[in-house]
Amino acid sequence: MSRRARDLVRRRPHLDGGRSHPGREAHDGQRGEQSMVPPADFRSYYGRPVIKEPVWEAPGVPGYLFLGGLAGASSALAAGADLAGCPELARTSKIAAVSAIGLSAVALVRDLGRPARFYNMLRVFKPTSPMSVGSWLLTAYSPAAGVAAASAVTGLLPPAGRVATAAAAVLGPGVAAYTGALLADTAVPAWHDAHREMPYLFVGSAATAAGGLGLMLVRSEQSRPARNLAVVGAAAELIAKGLLLRRLGPTAAPYESGRSGNLMEVAEVLTASGLTAVALGGQSRAVAALAGAALVASSAVTRFGVFFAGVRSAGDPRYTVVPQRERLREKAAPHPAGPMEESASSAP
Amino acid sequence: MAQAHAGAAFASGPADAAGGLDPAARSGYEEHPPRMGFFTDTSVCIGCKACEVACKEWNSVPEDGITLTGMSYDNSVELSGSTWRHVAFIEQSAVTVGPAAGSAADSGAGVRWLMSSDVCKHCTEAGCLDVCPTGALMRTEFGTVVVQDDVCNGCGYCVSACPFGVIGRREDDGGAHKCTLCYDRIGEGMTPACAKACPTESIQFGPVDELRERAAARLDDLQEAGVAKAQLYLADPDNGIGGAGAFFLLLDEPEVYGLPPDPVVTTRDLPRMWRHVGLAAAALCAAGLAAAIGGTP
Repeated sequence: MSRRARDLVRRRPHLDGGRSHPGREAHDGQRGEQSMVPPADFRSYYGRPVIKEPVWEAPGVPGYLFLGGLAGASSALAAGADLAGCPELARTSKIAAVSAIGLSAVALVRDLGRPARFYNMLRVFKPTSPMSVGSWLLTAYSPAAGVAAASAVTGLLPPAGRVATAAAAVLGPGVAAYTGALLADTAVPAWHDAHREMPYLFVGSAATAAGGLGLMLVRSEQSRPARNLAVVGAAAELIAKGLLLRRLGPTAAPYESGRSGNLMEVAEVLTASGLTAVALGGQSRAVAALAGAALVASSAVTRFGVFFAGVRSAGDPRYTVVPQRERLREKAAPHPAGPMEESASSAP
Repeated sequence: MAQAHAGAAFASGPADAAGGLDPAARSGYEEHPPRMGFFTDTSVCIGCKACEVACKEWNSVPEDGITLTGMSYDNSVELSGSTWRHVAFIEQSAVTVGPAAGSAADSGAGVRWLMSSDVCKHCTEAGCLDVCPTGALMRTEFGTVVVQDDVCNGCGYCVSACPFGVIGRREDDGGAHKCTLCYDRIGEGMTPACAKACPTESIQFGPVDELRERAAARLDDLQEAGVAKAQLYLADPDNGIGGAGAFFLLLDEPEVYGLPPDPVVTTRDLPRMWRHVGLAAAALCAAGLAAAIGGTP
């Protein structure tokens, strides 16, 4: 069965699509006065989506977002741990970084329609393509993370290890952050319209994961930097998420309801539990490990929530048509109440 | 082979005769033929699907599922990797329009049957081309956008970047495919297969400047004849995609045909996104180092 046929079976078309809704004609003449009221109804072609649902699949792509973030933030944490004189944490973070980035590369290649041609990613460099920029970032970052980990584990070539650690600490955060643009630079409403907050949400989530992993795997005397990073990351993540939801307006619905909304909620509960345990757990090794595990899980669940929120907004014509209609209405009759968002693509 | 040029989204460039940006010149073609495109006048479309068939035949586009949908006469559903022309059918009840309004044939529970042949818009600011990480998507000397199948690695980014849901990834070969505006035919001075096969000249092929004039004149005629909702779609070079190489005359709002009412190419916001990515990355790097504060207890 072709993808399209499956799609059709899943989504029974609404047979009233395209028909004028009663009363719409009467409203048309008064659009200017109604510009702040989102239309209760919208028109579509048999309820079919306007844009394509992403061909990217779970768990590969959200898994990559999580692992890339974990790797990048772990490299930043490793540099901090070296500075703080916590060699155990530094070594653990470096091993985590190289393992996560290796796994994430596998996830990325597997998601290609033609995996054997993955190397075409390095055929050109295009700043207009976050995927191109990301491919080059990964190409520069992965060897640095590898050398940093190898030196930490074997104790060989400490100067090379230091240089690689520094390089990975600079490039890693780029790997963690660019995925925000990767998702946002699409026509998918719930991703694109969140393009301001997404990079901050993702680096916050990445820091939560890296800090959480350090708390899980390293004894308390050595894990202070991990705890610091986890707390800062979780706070950043929660703030970015709040801003995102507030600014998106109606387009935020996929983040707040349905499967994607549930995932976002689970992530928030995990983050809050992890933070509470970190605050109250004192020196208990077991509590720190549990708190760390909750934070790592929270980061992963956040990425799945964001991923599915985008997929849902792409599959429902409402999220494409309603904000664009609203934008046209505002263009035709600017609302006197004050300046609207300047972005051509912001949600109403 | 590929003259595809990255960075187009960040630069303004030479203008074409109608005041819009000239996509071929922006992509580095110093001398090039005029920009070619389609004007699809849906007011004369009869829903024969000759365009769909001609496109499949000429371009060897494979079958992509035979499903009875219940969506009027539309069983091809949408544009995709294996459907490069798609005729939409919309049955509207009890609507009276145009010169026939009020005539005997149109009184009572009449049906207005909208038909429209959709196709890739060959945008001036093409999201698919911007985000393609391999350079498989390229701009031709005619200002059109094509996929180089031997380069595409099937990453699927273009699929999510298209504001019209045009380009798709085929399950069998894993690559992205879409309308080429019959690059092979127009290179030989021939008309694309769909336009050639169209029996009513609903699909018109030619230099975009000329088509824009023709579209404006046709709209005037229809409005004079009293077709109230007749409107041009994507003909304005000043729209969210910098003007389209394929534009339409519609008889109702775009979303009724499954088209976005006000599409904006996603890469217009990319410079801002990169700024936020840079700030976020710097913050994470700083947070990692600052985590050292306090050190070992």
